[in-house]
Amino acid sequence: MAKSTSSDAQMLIRSLRTAYAATPTNLKIIDVYVVYAIVTAVIQVVYMGVVGSFPFNSFLSGVLFCVGTAVLAVCLRIQVNKENKEFKDLPPERPYADFVLCNLVLHLVIMNFLG
Amino acid sequence: MWWLLNSLNIPLSVETVCVFTAPIFSANAAWATYLLTKEVKGTGAGLTAAALLAMVPSYISRSVAGSYDNEAVAIFALILTFYFYVKTLNSGSLFYATLNALSYFYMVCSWGGYTFIINLIPMHVLLCIVTGRYSSRLYIAYAPLVVLGTLLASLVPVVGFNTVMTSEHFSSFLVFVIIHMVALVYYIKGILSPKMFKVAMTLAVTIGLTVCCAVIAIFIASVASSPTKGWSGRSLSLLDPTYASKYIPIIASVSEHQPPTWPLYFVDINVLAFLVPAGIIACFSPLSDASSFMILYLAISAYFSGVMVRLMLVLAPAACVMSGIALSEAFDVFTRSIKFQAGDINSESSIAQNDVSNVDSNATTDKSETVSKEPSRKNHEKEKEQEIVKKVTSKSQNGKKLLVLPQEVSAVVILLLIALGGFYVGHCVWTTATAYSAPAIVLKSYTPDGLRVFDDFREAYAWLQHNTDVDDKVASWWDYGYQITAMANRTVIVDNNTWNNTHIATVGAAVSSPEKAAWEIFNSLDVKYVLVVFGGLVGYPSDDIDKFIWMVRIAGGVFPHIREQDYLRDGRYHIDAHATPTMLNCLMYKLSYYRFVETEAEGFDKVRRTEIGNKKFELTHFEEAFTTEHWMVRIYKLKLPKNRIQGKLKNKSSSETYSSNQTRARNTRRNPWQ
Repeated sequence: MAKSTSSDAQMLIRSLRTAYAATPTNLKIIDVYVVYAIVTAVIQVVYMGVVGSFPFNSFLSGVLFCVGTAVLAVCLRIQVNKENKEFKDLPPERPYADFVLCNLVLHLVIMNFLG
Repeated sequence: MWWLLNSLNIPLSVETVCVFTAPIFSANAAWATYLLTKEVKGTGAGLTAAALLAMVPSYISRSVAGSYDNEAVAIFALILTFYFYVKTLNSGSLFYATLNALSYFYMVCSWGGYTFIINLIPMHVLLCIVTGRYSSRLYIAYAPLVVLGTLLASLVPVVGFNTVMTSEHFSSFLVFVIIHMVALVYYIKGILSPKMFKVAMTLAVTIGLTVCCAVIAIFIASVASSPTKGWSGRSLSLLDPTYASKYIPIIASVSEHQPPTWPLYFVDINVLAFLVPAGIIACFSPLSDASSFMILYLAISAYFSGVMVRLMLVLAPAACVMSGIALSEAFDVFTRSIKFQAGDINSESSIAQNDVSNVDSNATTDKSETVSKEPSRKNHEKEKEQEIVKKVTSKSQNGKKLLVLPQEVSAVVILLLIALGGFYVGHCVWTTATAYSAPAIVLKSYTPDGLRVFDDFREAYAWLQHNTDVDDKVASWWDYGYQITAMANRTVIVDNNTWNNTHIATVGAAVSSPEKAAWEIFNSLDVKYVLVVFGGLVGYPSDDIDKFIWMVRIAGGVFPHIREQDYLRDGRYHIDAHATPTMLNCLMYKLSYYRFVETEAEGFDKVRRTEIGNKKFELTHFEEAFTTEHWMVRIYKLKLPKNRIQGKLKNKSSSETYSSNQTRARNTRRNPWQ
């Protein structure tokens, strides 16, 4: 039972890897950015755990900003992905423009909240 | 806005801006309703819904010219936020998601009811996921809103860190996590083969369950450690309607926080009340994300409006949208059937004419194509026309489930619907004129001998303004705080905006205590005048004796020596001979009924409809300063403390002027420098 699950797990990981390698490069770049943002968020949480949560608003803004850019990048990826049928009626530059605009707003808010 | 207008060189005073802010925003709200309903159903429904919202009495009550309350703006922000949310759902563009977050920020700035949005939208997302309507547009609509919205809400000082600390926002975070998991599942499903997906699922489930249990355990422990489980008082009173009356009497005492009566539903949203169920059904026929959102919004707001009258305001836009949808669908069906009937009869009677327009009216384009192909063949025209007519009738009978009703019925129904609209307009106008636009300060009543105007409030405030010093402080119940400040221009102890419970409880304790204790409290607050509203002579029902219940309760919440039981006899408040001695001796009783027996009513209280218990008594620590014409407002002055004369046992006479003259005379005699 355990052996089958572990072999299943290995097969699973292998198939995941092959499937993922098939994604086009620009999507992979976005994925790297997402991973980077989340890692930064984790580092901030660990730092807060070590140092203590004063000032709380800076911590909050830092973490939420990382999560925010990650989310926005995922949205961008969804919209840019050619396999997604739902976004045919939007012009192709629109997702990038939206992404830039939303990030601008996010930056503004964060800088206000950073204290 | 005043600043903006002034910078554009339009000279308006601040008051003008204040007065007209609310109607401007209600106009904007009607436009926002149009946009929202257009997203849900279509332009026809949008127009109807906007017209309905423009007149619904519930919203007008908050947005009359002159009511500078924040709810007129807040409802506009609410509808706008919902519009952007639905637009993002429908289009999937991040641009609208950003606008959504920004208008949510506007909502947070304007009203505490923003928690409604931040809980309704996660609930809708959850509903969509559970009913299998997950799509990437849902993710785009929701996830940026949560992050940006939380950040923006934290910017508002009143909310601050509450966004991540209180339970009111937890649902948004929870659903945020859930939607990520669902998105991940869908993504993996997309790139893996089905067999592998099964394996992934079993693995994920086993690992995920253990992790989930650990996280939930930690979460519950942290939440249960706080006494109110993290919810604020406001939300708790909404979820458990009996909470406020048990723990926070001040919230329970506001008359707007009581549950509404059934007739009030009809007064406030009138005809919409029975158009709403029709709208719900119309929303179900093509069930899209947007229409499921509207149904959820309506259901939740209907529940909450049953808890508190004030929240009828939140129900109003939902009701308008639903009824707009219902009305426009109804009109659609009936006009379509009329058009179809008219087209049918025309084509039967005029077979010679090749009338493309008649066939077009049957709403299928391929029929018009077949007709347009035919006009060249004139010799077969007659048979073709008949064939086309037969095709038309048969196609319309078994095609696309188009509802067709007999022509007379639809004409009658359309006339009836228009009449219904007329009733609605008439009712709205009448309600607005009588209930919501009369200034509550000048009262009028229609007696058999004509109109009788009670101008007592303004009389009292004018007296205060002209006969007291500028620095004199006036104590009254908080309902009148704003009026006294604005019209009499005197400092008050508590007014309508006081949220410090102890403050109000102090005033309540003062009026519930006997005279000497009350005098002590008022003197410590440096109060000079006490103002009491009394309706017993003319039958004005909401005077201070009526509100006395709440004064005692609120005071009892902070000062334990004031027990509500002391004032009750058989569980009820009395002011007649059955009243308890505590009641008969408390300040409110004395100030209200002082010298009441000398009036023509001879001690008969018209509001309570009994004779008062303690009829003849003297006030020892207060003196009557002013009573208005109909005895509705009574102002009392605190008597100065009796001068303590050292040594000699002076006969303490009642007029302090005499004793103060004496002391003054004595002092000048004892002046060592002369």
